[in-house]
Amino acid sequence: MGATQTRSGQEYQELAERTGFSAEQIRNLHKRFQQLSGNEDTISREHLKSIPALANNPIRKQIIEAFFDKRNQHGNELGSYEEIGFEEFLMVMSHFRPPTLRTTEEEKEAMRKEKVRFLFNMHDTDGDGKITLVEYRKVVEELLSKSGTIGQEAAKAIADAAMLEVASTNVPNMGPDDFYEGITLEHFEEILKGLEMETRMHVRFLDVSTTNVYCGK
Amino acid sequence: RGESLTMIEKLEGQSLLRHEDDSEERRLKSDHHEHNEGHSNMSASTGVPIVSFKWHHVEPPYLIALWVLVSFLGKLVIEANHHVTTYIPESALLICLGFLLGGMIWGADKVQTFKLTPTVFFFYLLPQIILDSGYAMPNKLFFTNMGGILIHAIIGTCWNAATLGLSLWGCHKGGAMGDIDIGLLQYLLFGSLLAAVDPVAVIAVFEQVHVNEVLFIMVFGESLLNDGVTVVLFNVFDAFVSLGGGAIDAKEIVKGIISFFVVAFGGSLVGFVFGLLISLLTRCTKNIQIIEPGFIFVLGYLAYLTAEMLSLSAILSVMFCGMCCQKYINSNMDERSVQTVRSALKVFANGSETIIFVFLGISAIDKSIWVWNTGFILLTLFFILVYRFIGVFVLTWMMNRFRLVPISLVDQVIMGYGGLRGAVAYGLAVLLDETRIKEKNLMISTTLIVVYFTVIFQGITMKPLVQWLKVKRAALVELSLIEKVQNKVFDHALIAIEDISGQIGHNYMRDKWRNFEEKWMSWFLLKSSARKKQDRLFNVFHELNLQDAMEYVTEGERRGSLDFIRNENAFVDFKKKFDEDFAEAMPDIMADMAPDEAGASAMRGDPVPSVSLEMHEQNLRGLRQAEEINAHHLLEQHLYKGRKQHRHKFSRSHFSINQDENEVQEIFQRTMRSRLESFKSGKMGVAPPKTITKHTKREQQPKMPNGKNRSYYSGDEDFEFSEGDSASGYDASFPTRVSYRTGAGIENPAFMPDVDPSSPMHIPPWLADAELEVSPVAPSQRAQVRLPWMPGHLHRLSSLRTSPRSGDSVQEGDEQLPPPPPPPPRHDRDDNHL
Repeated sequence: MGATQTRSGQEYQELAERTGFSAEQIRNLHKRFQQLSGNEDTISREHLKSIPALANNPIRKQIIEAFFDKRNQHGNELGSYEEIGFEEFLMVMSHFRPPTLRTTEEEKEAMRKEKVRFLFNMHDTDGDGKITLVEYRKVVEELLSKSGTIGQEAAKAIADAAMLEVASTNVPNMGPDDFYEGITLEHFEEILKGLEMETRMHVRFLDVSTTNVYCGK
Repeated sequence: RGESLTMIEKLEGQSLLRHEDDSEERRLKSDHHEHNEGHSNMSASTGVPIVSFKWHHVEPPYLIALWVLVSFLGKLVIEANHHVTTYIPESALLICLGFLLGGMIWGADKVQTFKLTPTVFFFYLLPQIILDSGYAMPNKLFFTNMGGILIHAIIGTCWNAATLGLSLWGCHKGGAMGDIDIGLLQYLLFGSLLAAVDPVAVIAVFEQVHVNEVLFIMVFGESLLNDGVTVVLFNVFDAFVSLGGGAIDAKEIVKGIISFFVVAFGGSLVGFVFGLLISLLTRCTKNIQIIEPGFIFVLGYLAYLTAEMLSLSAILSVMFCGMCCQKYINSNMDERSVQTVRSALKVFANGSETIIFVFLGISAIDKSIWVWNTGFILLTLFFILVYRFIGVFVLTWMMNRFRLVPISLVDQVIMGYGGLRGAVAYGLAVLLDETRIKEKNLMISTTLIVVYFTVIFQGITMKPLVQWLKVKRAALVELSLIEKVQNKVFDHALIAIEDISGQIGHNYMRDKWRNFEEKWMSWFLLKSSARKKQDRLFNVFHELNLQDAMEYVTEGERRGSLDFIRNENAFVDFKKKFDEDFAEAMPDIMADMAPDEAGASAMRGDPVPSVSLEMHEQNLRGLRQAEEINAHHLLEQHLYKGRKQHRHKFSRSHFSINQDENEVQEIFQRTMRSRLESFKSGKMGVAPPKTITKHTKREQQPKMPNGKNRSYYSGDEDFEFSEGDSASGYDASFPTRVSYRTGAGIENPAFMPDVDPSSPMHIPPWLADAELEVSPVAPSQRAQVRLPWMPGHLHRLSSLRTSPRSGDSVQEGDEQLPPPPPPPPRHDRDDNHL
């Protein structure tokens, strides 16, 4: 999908405009991409799964899935890819781009929305625009998956409790027959307001290559 | 440098000695006096004096205690008036109170007898404040912003000291201050003692403003960490002053720079070691729980003194000590001990903060220290403000180029304005050597004025400024459960992205540290039992459950004091399903707890909702605590007033809260008996419910020896019970209630043991399962048995609730919510009785 090994400066420029990364950062990420894919043009789930540092991450599955999710490509498509190219890789990464001093308020707001959407998509596995209890339970279960069997049981209860919280805050006057189907994107945004996501969900993308220092695959 | 340090120590020693000399002399004199008095007394009455007044015998400690009392009372008066404290920070008011008290003493005695001496301040007042802030330090936030804090603390402080000293010297040369005898080095010394932002003042002011956490940690962290710099600068310049200008060469300066690293890192290291020591100790203090908290105080204090002894930064030491051990001691120690540590630290810290401010005020009323030099004082004030702002702006500008999230201009203004000076500066100023610094008094008075200005004026204007600039405030609400879950998801997502993109950033480092910590530190420092309970989500959940249980009791009380549980009708229902043997029911408990049972899990899901509901309504800590107290009170009042009530047992080493084996046995047996009672009665009456109730009562009455009836009547005035009477009635109800919660509601295993560790058999499955049945009797009764205000929310959530029947029944229950439980059928019983 468009990622050739000899990328011209022009192409970098283009990508930089679309994703907001600097050319230097893109070059670094591209190096990393090639390293991960073994100099292939595309990358598959197996490639990502084999990153050793990721092995301990309880939500590894969701994160990897997010890379192959078409919803995270700023389009309106649903479904997921089997393999992604560098451009898609970069697109997903761009969700974690920190704002600079030059970003305006509107841009910040847009970035925030994007980040929320990214998280939301991570939870909403079937793509119906709602995080249902089943989906949410899964997330919590995996979060606690390292805690053994106790985790499993508690996860369910925690998910239920959390879900009810959302239900009770978002739909305060629910009739007894109402059925809370799941968290919608708007509700999700509402919930995350207090977390100051925009100041936290960032990763520092260095201008300097760290691939030599980094010993993972 | 060594010389300078010993000199300071000597100085301190001297002042201490002088102090002691004074008091010694006074005591001698007073002894003499007393002797005389006693003599005259004796001669007058010639006999054994029944009462003698020995004021001088107790004078020093008595005076100290009185002063502490006065300061606290002052705080009480100040805090009583909320209108004032919303505009003027408490610290400013306390200083003013100090003025007042000092003035009164001055008016009475014409001398200044009491003031803040460096010894008292540095040895007895400061350590606990720093220990408290270290112990309560949000570690993650602190280390995330470590870079910025360090830059401000080191470079910023040096900048402040240098510019202040140099500018004052320049103005002096320019003739702005008239004729005073201060050289360049002395100016720099003065600058270094005034350079540091004061932690005590900063906490006091910022605590009431609630700015966002990044801003707070920047200012607060700086104020703590710059102590290392201040100590070094002060010592170095002090040494330079005593050496004289000519003797300073490159070697001395290099030594000064090296000493900075030694002092700062050495101090931190000492703190770290002590922190580990505390953590290790709390691993094995299980058998001496009572003095467990004491270790933290003593070792924390020792960390401070050790660093002081090695002439390292004591503040850094005790701060790092608190920061290192907080996590481990919190999980190692008993919950009660943790509470004790927390509140005791707060008492100490808050108390000494109060005393410090009051005495800062009192110290002002002393004619001898006041040397007025308008130029010097005003210029100092001016330079301090200006250079602080310049320093903050320049440094943040540099930092912002590297920070992930830049610090906004508004925040920078507050950071600059938050550069409050306090008692540390004053303490250092008093430590100056008069023989070498001729204008010591001018420096002291200037320092005092700077302190008053920053604490009072800047303190008062801080809040309006924050509001006016619309500084982002910290949210006061606690995070809800879902937010905490999301927080975790965030963290993991960030780490994963860094891993995938191959970047080594904050998150990567943090992850590596956490892994290391989990693997080694926890293994080394935590009790094996505590290690399991590490997860924060669990803790939150656990807390919620506990709180929920307590609220359940409170709610029960509100609706008529647990009567709804004791209602006989409820028992009748259970019996209908479980006609089997009692013994056979027991294994069912386990089955009931198994997670996969569809019906049971649907049931169990139910009580959880109330958790979250309540949480949102009352998520302020204060409210919670009030609830807790209520619940405790309630529990104490109602739940167990056994026959052994009047056993007066005092033990210095144990809390005896129902830990006696026999007592537990007794509760258990009584419970079982009463439950069997209700079972038996239930079995006899298979007729319509009404008859059953009657029947039950008749059946039961003879078997409840001590006044069960009475306990029924007095549902609402439980508090006036005579203990013996109420015992059996309540006993019967307590386990039932608990078991309902455990069996039916919560599948968090962490919660289970806490409910009632004494009797694992209290979980009657029939309680849970009876819920599944659509009750033929009356839904309202079931509604009483469940949490009274609990809506059956869960079935709205998902399709998971498989049995529509149970859903319906729950709704029925909900609709019946508003009416309080019907009072126990008094008439029947009255009839019986009569």
